Amino acid sequence: MTNAAVVRLGGVRRRRPRFNAGSTGLTLLAWVMALLFFFPIVWMILLSFRSESDAATPRLFAAFTGVNYDGLFSGDVKIAILNSLNASITSTVLVLLLAVPAAYALSIKPVKKWTDVLFFFLSTKMMPAVAALLPIYLITNDLGMNDNIWALILVYTAANLPIAIWMLRSFLLEVPREIIEAAQVDGANLVTILRRVITPIIAPGLAATALICFIFSWNEFLFALRLTGQNAKTAPVFLAGSIAPEGLFLAHLCAVAFVVCLPVLIAGWAAQDKLVRGLSLGAVK
Amino acid sequence: MTATTVEYAPDVAPPRRASPGDSFRARMTRRLPLLPALTFTVVVTQLPFLYTIYISLVGWDRDHPELGKKFVGLKNFRAVFADDSLRSAVLVTVELTAFVVVVAVLIGLGLALLLDRRFFGRGLARTLLIAPFLIMPMAAALLWKHAFYNAQFGLINGIINGVRGWFGNHTPTAWSILTDHPLIAVALPLIWQWTPFMMLILLAGLQSQSGEVLEAARVDGASNWQIFRSITLPHLRQYIELSVLLGSIYILQAFDAIYTITRGISNTTNLPFAIFETQVDSGDYGLTSAEGVIVVIGTIIVATFALRLLSSLFKEGTR
Repeated sequence: MTNAAVVRLGGVRRRRPRFNAGSTGLTLLAWVMALLFFFPIVWMILLSFRSESDAATPRLFAAFTGVNYDGLFSGDVKIAILNSLNASITSTVLVLLLAVPAAYALSIKPVKKWTDVLFFFLSTKMMPAVAALLPIYLITNDLGMNDNIWALILVYTAANLPIAIWMLRSFLLEVPREIIEAAQVDGANLVTILRRVITPIIAPGLAATALICFIFSWNEFLFALRLTGQNAKTAPVFLAGSIAPEGLFLAHLCAVAFVVCLPVLIAGWAAQDKLVRGLSLGAVK
Repeated sequence: MTATTVEYAPDVAPPRRASPGDSFRARMTRRLPLLPALTFTVVVTQLPFLYTIYISLVGWDRDHPELGKKFVGLKNFRAVFADDSLRSAVLVTVELTAFVVVVAVLIGLGLALLLDRRFFGRGLARTLLIAPFLIMPMAAALLWKHAFYNAQFGLINGIINGVRGWFGNHTPTAWSILTDHPLIAVALPLIWQWTPFMMLILLAGLQSQSGEVLEAARVDGASNWQIFRSITLPHLRQYIELSVLLGSIYILQAFDAIYTITRGISNTTNLPFAIFETQVDSGDYGLTSAEGVIVVIGTIIVATFALRLLSSLFKEGTR
């Protein structure tokens, strides 16, 4: 994955200037900045492998211990991670099921006023999420869906749908029209065209969209905090609750934080060359 | 024809209007794939808003259910406008967003320029640089608060005290970013997380520059600074605008960092946190709803302008 990114980056660039001090300085600066930005993560990982008393005195080197990771893959953490996986994966699947046909109707066979519809979806993303918190909380209570993961799944689906539609639309616009027209001439209906013709072509885009939706759902805190309790608690809520009111907790906290960050770190790194496109809603390729 | 045929469709769909000849059936078939997503979005995002308007017009206090729900008119709205704290929350929101976005764009631009050269290990450097953006915001906030800011075991005060120790001063410093600069304490993790985002968009902009133009300028003897000022910066303008706009959309909603790092004390309550607090702590649902309605109306006004800008960006930006 990293190799692909390097190749792409290194593709059409200008000629490399002859060696000079300025160029070495810039390379050095780039590396210093990269390490500086990565340092907090290194620090988190370092602290997670220390005893609580070592973690409480800041210094670079300390005795190594894996004790903070004991029991991290069972009990409450496990429940929270499974809930997070459930909420993120289920909502991502729902988003894609709704977004692919919608993006199709907004790009390949545009409906009337397709720009208005597109911007309506986007405007829901601009609304402050917190304004929807109370009504959604009250409605889920009325429906008896308090502390039910499905409430979160529906919220995440609605929250990520605009992003997915915008992103998928930008991928769909790249599908050669002749292919779709040929399939239509052959008498294929919409479902067949979406499943057999379009999906295989936009598979990389679909994967990138899914990853973005997954990342946003996995990291969401505000609604998870309000809509879940003991049963449906997700990873960020568990993490926020894992600081002890008294006593030392830093090393344990860093271990939990590292574990819950890992899926997104891996997913994001794997998709890094598609990340820009997703985050800019398809505007930048 | 195979999928490998390189024959790109135009980037922006032609504004194909349904011609008058289109039958009703054809128009419905065209709309059908859109309906599930549209219906879902309207139900999940618009109905709650109607409910919010309703609650804002009736007095509803969670802690006093005996009062019931009765129509109170615009009382809640008057209460919101009479309250200074919401005005200050608006101010904090604008301040925090502007600060984070400006700093993140500037550092992001610097990093993008650094990465837009070929050098040893560039792919790895880029991978390391985007990592902060992939960290869960709640984890980032907790990490900064406890591992960096904490006066006793945080790294920042640890370094300050270490340096003081070299100079023979062994009393720990009384300074703490949490008490002395709480808004900056909230902003730092946000800047740390959003700078990679800005960097990625601006880097994409830099790499879409035409190499020939740059080469020609160089042949004509233009200095690096002249090339940056006259060619790169104008080319980057729309990418900078896009990163500012998208960054603002997300950072206006910042909640996790404030909830975790300061809990809104010492004037760090932004709008999302203020509304959350009214709702959860005071339990005055009517008041919260009025706040929500006002914020949504304010957002619609701001968003109308933002969307206009965005649509022009998307027209030029799709390349």
